[in-house]
Amino acid sequence: MQADFFAKKRRNSLAFLLALAGVTLIAIVVTEYDVAKGFTSVPDAVAWALGNFYPTQESLVKLPGIIDKLVETLLVSIAATTVGAAAALLFAILGSNTTRVNAFFGSISRGIATVFRNIDVAAWAMILLFSFGQSSLTGYFALFFGSFGFLTRSFVETIDEASSGSVEALRATGAGYFSIIFHSVIPSSMPQMISWVLFMIETNIRSATLIGLLTGSGIGFTFNLYYKSLNYDVAALVVLVIVAAILCIEAVSNYVRRVIL
Amino acid sequence: MEANGQVTTAGQLVKQRPRRQIRVKTWNRSTVVTRATLLILAGLTVYAFFSFDYKEIDFVQAMLATFANLKSMFLEPHLQRFTFGHALYQVLVTLGLAFLTTLFGAVIAVFFGLLAAENLSSKWVSSVVKGVVAFIRAVPTVLWVLIFAVAAGLGSVAAVIGMTFHSVSYLVKAYSESFEELDKGVIEALKASGAGWWQIIFQAVLPSSLTYMISWTFLRFEINFAVAVAMGAAAGAGGIGFDMFMASNFYLDIREIGAITYFILAVAILLEITAAKLKKRLT
Amino acid sequence: MTALLEVQSLSKQFLGSEGKALTDVNFSVSEGEFVSIIGPSGAGKSTLLRCINRMIDASSGEITFDDRNVTKLKKKELKMVRTKIGMIFQHYNLVDRLSVIENTLHGNLGKKSAIAGVLGLYSQEEKEQALRILSVLGLESLIYKRADQLSGGQKQRVGIARALIQNPRMLLCDEPIASLDPNSAKVIMDHLRDISTSMGITVLVNLHQVDVALKYSDKIIGINSGQVVFNGSPAAITKEDIQRIYGSEAEDLIFDLGGIHAS
Ligand SMILES: Nc1ncnc2c1ncn2[C@@H]1O[C@H](COP(=O)(O)OP(=O)(O)OP(=O)(O)O)[C@@H](O)[C@H]1O
Ligand SMILES: [Mg+2]
Repeated sequence: MQADFFAKKRRNSLAFLLALAGVTLIAIVVTEYDVAKGFTSVPDAVAWALGNFYPTQESLVKLPGIIDKLVETLLVSIAATTVGAAAALLFAILGSNTTRVNAFFGSISRGIATVFRNIDVAAWAMILLFSFGQSSLTGYFALFFGSFGFLTRSFVETIDEASSGSVEALRATGAGYFSIIFHSVIPSSMPQMISWVLFMIETNIRSATLIGLLTGSGIGFTFNLYYKSLNYDVAALVVLVIVAAILCIEAVSNYVRRVIL
Repeated sequence: MEANGQVTTAGQLVKQRPRRQIRVKTWNRSTVVTRATLLILAGLTVYAFFSFDYKEIDFVQAMLATFANLKSMFLEPHLQRFTFGHALYQVLVTLGLAFLTTLFGAVIAVFFGLLAAENLSSKWVSSVVKGVVAFIRAVPTVLWVLIFAVAAGLGSVAAVIGMTFHSVSYLVKAYSESFEELDKGVIEALKASGAGWWQIIFQAVLPSSLTYMISWTFLRFEINFAVAVAMGAAAGAGGIGFDMFMASNFYLDIREIGAITYFILAVAILLEITAAKLKKRLT
Repeated sequence: MTALLEVQSLSKQFLGSEGKALTDVNFSVSEGEFVSIIGPSGAGKSTLLRCINRMIDASSGEITFDDRNVTKLKKKELKMVRTKIGMIFQHYNLVDRLSVIENTLHGNLGKKSAIAGVLGLYSQEEKEQALRILSVLGLESLIYKRADQLSGGQKQRVGIARALIQNPRMLLCDEPIASLDPNSAKVIMDHLRDISTSMGITVLVNLHQVDVALKYSDKIIGINSGQVVFNGSPAAITKEDIQRIYGSEAEDLIFDLGGIHAS
């Protein structure tokens, strides 16, 4: 009986490992992944980075221009996140089981959010490039759509977790729909929602870099410019500036979270 | 019982009926910070809209064009430059990239996750690992891929290794947090029985965190699929993302983009549903 | 005494579940009466309570509250009726991040226009009444404390304050003491009894503690598997009744029946 139990457990683990190995093999074949090169390229890359990829005295001249682009990218990310959050709040209230007006609108708004969430911001950027060209607006709308989809799902979960009890209580007092939203749902979910918004801003700054590469705007474009022209010292400076900005924002976010949650 | 200053008890208040406003809202650090955060975000947003580089775009016209584009994208998708089978294969390539990245990331992250968990390693080691991981996470994935591409050349190797960096840092955070949730008493009990570090890891820590780890890992796989699409486009890593990039930047074919978007959407939603099911079954 | 609440052949079947949660429930409650509803887990106590103020819609049957048929009311009228019925919950259901006084004033939202409700415009009288009620419940020193910083017993008293400020005819209490220690539980039950006796408010309480129910109530309603199996005064309850309510395994619930009847 007991021996059986352990044997079965071992058999299951073995089957799992075999399946994993099989899928890995398939993945290696279809992606034409060169395993040997995978291993050798890591030390190569480290050696190269140590030799070339660091900012030099000369590259510092470019710093003001880089900071300008960084600020632009930060502002695009923040604006896209806040406007996306406002839209997401509306859709989340309509989509949450606790606060929805009726089941039909609930499914509709959750469905819309699902579509927006599952088209990656990079894909949105390529779509929007057609009509908005290489302007900040392309990145703005791409990030807006992505944030809207992601935040709607997060907000729905937040509302259901944080406020279902007090919503029930207020409904029992005969309070109207909007009173319930403003006195129960928003006060109880606001801190968690702000936490999600801050997380989204961090994510969006990283995505903005990617979008910038694809659409030729913001800090991503700056990086690409120096990277393509083999100015690796300036490119490294760009990376460091981005890292510094993101770490700062993370620190601020963590402080805000600690106080409000 | 003169009412100087703050009203203290309701008893006094009812007797004297001071016609003073009774405060209802309370101010404390948490409400102040909440409001300040909201105000600052709103202010920055307004400022951002003024500072955008609009490049003389006719906004209304661009919006209308976008709607028209979205309409032809979603309602009249077609595949012109390649077949349905090719698209399906490219989706498989993207999934393969995401899978390899997740697998490598998970294996490396288990090790560093153990080092990052405060209850399993020392405080010093834990902070160093967490600091390094935070740094890695702060560099956008695409930059990791491009940096690697210099040494390895554009392609699946640079893509997978570059994306693995991010997966590792994400999973180290997730894993170490679930390790840290493990009851102190359990570790203590095993230690008391004379078990060594590796024995504690394999007999107590990993088994009790396994379900968390599986659902976090799958979540990362879901994210990696999206990242792999993006890397295909931005860093020439191949897969469906590259086809999308070509359709967008070279052929300017919005209807082909529509068809590709449907493929991506189908896989992404399938993964999301699977992840939700998995999460429900595990918890 | 006139009947304030009358429940007639009430049945409830939840969508997508087999069997009924409530089957042909009949009883009536007089003005000012203190009634306890007892029964095992899953018997349908919560469902019954929530059908009365239509948090859940009954499948069939009639509920008359204050001479109005609750089951037929339109949205507006239903809100009016709800403002006359206070509700108290096992998990208090307060807005954790708001202060005691804000949570108390929430009881008045139902009487406000949409805009006044959204903006939270409370009159001086309402605020004074809130303070009066809170001081009766012994919470006057905590009015600006956040709800999540209170103990369970204090939270439940805020819950009672929120219900009382509605100036209700009736209170529905769903296991108000199930999450409290014996002392806090006694404080809450004493308050509820006092509210019923001194203010003439009808109180309906779901309880899991048979001894508490017997001690405080004017009337006991026993429910098993969605059916009323006992309806009478605490003095009239017998071992057999308890067994019918809780099933034959309930021997040890009965041990102090004699003691309570004697006192
Ligand atoms: N929303 C619902 N959907 C489907 N079935 C439900 C729902 N709510 C309750 N039920 C079922 O109705 C029956 C009665 O439940 P109810 O919550 O009223 O019991 P209760 O007497 O309050 O139990 P407890 O003492 O545990 O609170 C149970 O069988 C329960 O499973
Ligand atoms: Mg119940």
